[in-house]
Amino acid sequence: MIKLNTPINIDDIKKLKVGEQVLISGTIYTARDQAHIRLVKEDNPKFDINGSVIYYVGPTPARKNTTIGSSGPTSSYRMDKLSIPLMEKGLKLMIGKGDRSEEFRKEMIKNNAVYLIATGGAGALLSSRIIKSKIIMYEDLGPEAIRKLEVKDFPCFVAYDIYGNNIFTGNAK
Amino acid sequence: MREITLSQITKSVKDSVIKINYYLDDSLVNLFKKAKDKETNQTAISILDDIIENQEIAKKGIVPLCQDTGVVVVYLEIGSEVSFKGDIYEAINKGVKEGYQEGYLRKSMVAHPFNRTNTLDNTPAIIHTTLVAGDKIKMKIASKGGGSENMSNVTMLTPADGIDGVKKLVLDTVFNAGGKPCPPIIVGIGIGGNLEKSALLAKEALFRDLDDESNDEIINKLEKDLYTEINSLGVGPMGVGGDTTCLAVKINYYPMHIASLPVAINIQCHSARHIEVIL
Repeated sequence: MIKLNTPINIDDIKKLKVGEQVLISGTIYTARDQAHIRLVKEDNPKFDINGSVIYYVGPTPARKNTTIGSSGPTSSYRMDKLSIPLMEKGLKLMIGKGDRSEEFRKEMIKNNAVYLIATGGAGALLSSRIIKSKIIMYEDLGPEAIRKLEVKDFPCFVAYDIYGNNIFTGNAK
Repeated sequence: MREITLSQITKSVKDSVIKINYYLDDSLVNLFKKAKDKETNQTAISILDDIIENQEIAKKGIVPLCQDTGVVVVYLEIGSEVSFKGDIYEAINKGVKEGYQEGYLRKSMVAHPFNRTNTLDNTPAIIHTTLVAGDKIKMKIASKGGGSENMSNVTMLTPADGIDGVKKLVLDTVFNAGGKPCPPIIVGIGIGGNLEKSALLAKEALFRDLDDESNDEIINKLEKDLYTEINSLGVGPMGVGGDTTCLAVKINYYPMHIASLPVAINIQCHSARHIEVIL
């Protein structure tokens, strides 16, 4: 098991190998379909993409006196093409679920980034590892708005690493 | 005629959508635990542990099981000896709206395919109505997530493709879906009818009890064979490999044209949220 603190640097990336469990602490950002479409065209995003972690999630509404609602990962493949320009700007970790395109995986390796998965459908469990949440961009998108999250020991598995390994190989395509 | 008020319908839908998004059926949780005991892949075991722990947290009633609280699907059966005044579809949608608001559930419906404007109350529900004998109204209600629905399909096979053709189609569909529909999955299959009927059969099959077996000898064997063969694919929980790819296979069928063998495959994620209510 590897513990990582954000922001992520190249030494962190080199430590990550497929199948390993990773616990992330620090600041991560949420973005899914519509936020990605906007973010790639954004000249001045309200967070530093270099060294950042993006979590593909659209949470349920938070109850009063709670940090956030249910917050499990959504399928990553829909963000494949849109992730490429973000990795070119220094995006280091993406957290989602399911396999992604070969084009994405090659670009990910080229940009020294890593793809992690969290347990899909475990939104109640994963939300318990989120200690702060604030919408920072695209509030009009509702659940798809970009949130700045503070997480503590957020559990993931390495799905694709920079050494060309793939957790889905030999299993799913 | 037995009278039912539309407010009863609304309340029933509202209570149902809240309940299913926080509590999984015990029969399903038992299948998670059985799968974990048999699983040999270490990462797969960790994921099954997460899934079991997740439903324990959700059933406290504060945080829903999954952030994708889905689109509401209702199979509505109206008895011919029931009467009600007004628009029953409006009553169902009112229940959806109130349930998604009061239950702190995510509103995941957009009104238009291209401008993607959210309807803000998770309506409209997708409602399939049949008229039956009797003096009751039955609603089979599901909150169906987008991830697993996106991995579903309808294919028009030919009669000569037969059982082997259906098997290949199902296995290819599940294999190609990989980890995306949140395995371990439940596979609902509709065979026969026509294009749309097969899809309706497939989704309705997902409402069957997990231990329910088909009465038809050929279909019963096909359900069992597919269960074994899907679990031999090695997709595993969330696609990480292992022995647990599906928890159940349910096949419903219907007569069809002499030229046709329609097959619909509707994939259900492990968070199978549905309920049956009778009024």
